[in-house]
Amino acid sequence: MPQEYLLPASIEECLHMLAVYPGGRIIAGGTDLMLDLREGRKEAKALIDITRIGELKRISADKDRISIGAAVTHAEVAASELIRQRLPALAAAAGAVGSPQVRNVGTLGGNIVNAQPAADTAVALVALGARAVIVSAAGERQVAVEDLYAGVGRSQVDASKEILTKFIIDLWGAGDASAFARLARRRTLSLPVLNVAVRVKLKEGRCTRARVCLAPVVPRPLPCQEAASVLIGQPPTEEVIARAAAAAKQAAHPRDSLLRGPANYRKDMVEVLLKRALREAFGLPAEEDGHQGQTV
Amino acid sequence: MVKFELKVNGQEYQLEIPADVSLLEVLREYLGFTGTKEGCGQGECGACTVLVDGQAVNACLYPALKAAGAEVLTIEGLAGPGGKLHPLQEAFISAGAVQCGYCTPGMIMSAKALLDRNPTPTREEIKLGLAGNLCRCTGYNKIITAVEKAAAAINKEK
Repeated sequence: MPQEYLLPASIEECLHMLAVYPGGRIIAGGTDLMLDLREGRKEAKALIDITRIGELKRISADKDRISIGAAVTHAEVAASELIRQRLPALAAAAGAVGSPQVRNVGTLGGNIVNAQPAADTAVALVALGARAVIVSAAGERQVAVEDLYAGVGRSQVDASKEILTKFIIDLWGAGDASAFARLARRRTLSLPVLNVAVRVKLKEGRCTRARVCLAPVVPRPLPCQEAASVLIGQPPTEEVIARAAAAAKQAAHPRDSLLRGPANYRKDMVEVLLKRALREAFGLPAEEDGHQGQTV
Repeated sequence: MVKFELKVNGQEYQLEIPADVSLLEVLREYLGFTGTKEGCGQGECGACTVLVDGQAVNACLYPALKAAGAEVLTIEGLAGPGGKLHPLQEAFISAGAVQCGYCTPGMIMSAKALLDRNPTPTREEIKLGLAGNLCRCTGYNKIITAVEKAAAAINKEK
């Protein structure tokens, strides 16, 4: 049971606390960790709250990249004009997390370190090619978000030794577009049956770069190279979108899930959702392919 | 046990609490603010919604010590001088938006956060603002109507 609750004001102070409090553990919003502690899934002797570290609360941009502090909340990401304009997939994903109350407190970094396979912002960050900056006493390292997963609910980030400080997302210049699509039983407070995110770059009428992420079809957000390679070099047409979506369906192997639905249904829906996301990213009109009420 | 000061409804309280205790437990068990309800205890129902520095949060998931230095507002802090009910409270009564009443404090606190930010919400915006609050008996329509009535009343007062 934690004996201390500490509120460091800087990354240096936070690292010092991790060093001097054995059994110390980082807490951000706490919307997942509080339950894990209460139910005995995780333990900590001291909780070190990173949400008062100014540097971790910042969103900034230069001409090449956008940097988002790990303690920025989902509500802040969803409301940021910069993110809405430049990284719309991430704004939409952050706006789909939990509920208003959870989005006001839960953080982008927490959503990644909690390592659930279909965390909405993780799916968007993987599609955007985000890198996480992780700081420890040994120094700083940068890791692609998709490489941070060690298993369901297990992150490569060791919250007892290191701090995920920010995410860096390179800008792709003119023609950079992204979108996020989610299927769930209701719009709020519901696990995604599926969620997908795409990022594309259009140049002279062709797609020159593409990244696709699908979840939850394996125990981590799945980058889908099969679908991305269909898009590259092609014009953004319905025919190309259909081929990419079919490739994604082929690559996805969702499980039967009592919570999320049968595998064959979810495999079919990967195709539908990816079409929706690609149409949005390419600026094409949404097509009537059945009811659309549940996606955001 | 950790000593700290918590500000609730404008008043400071000196407390000595376990490091991982939730804001909900402190409000109800240490300070007696039992207007804030525990529903699911997992952040799924919104019955425990309170405002921390004006933002709606689930008190059941919120570490009490995270609220150090912040202003916490509970349903008990909503009424004005002399116990005059807040327009949201009046509207929930007059619109018949209360049945068993268990979700009502959380609903009203989420609605307060919404109206503070957006004084003239559409019905759709009200639904989104209250999306983190479950009600198992009224069917939501009267709750949404109550928030519309309260918004109109507040804007008329101004």
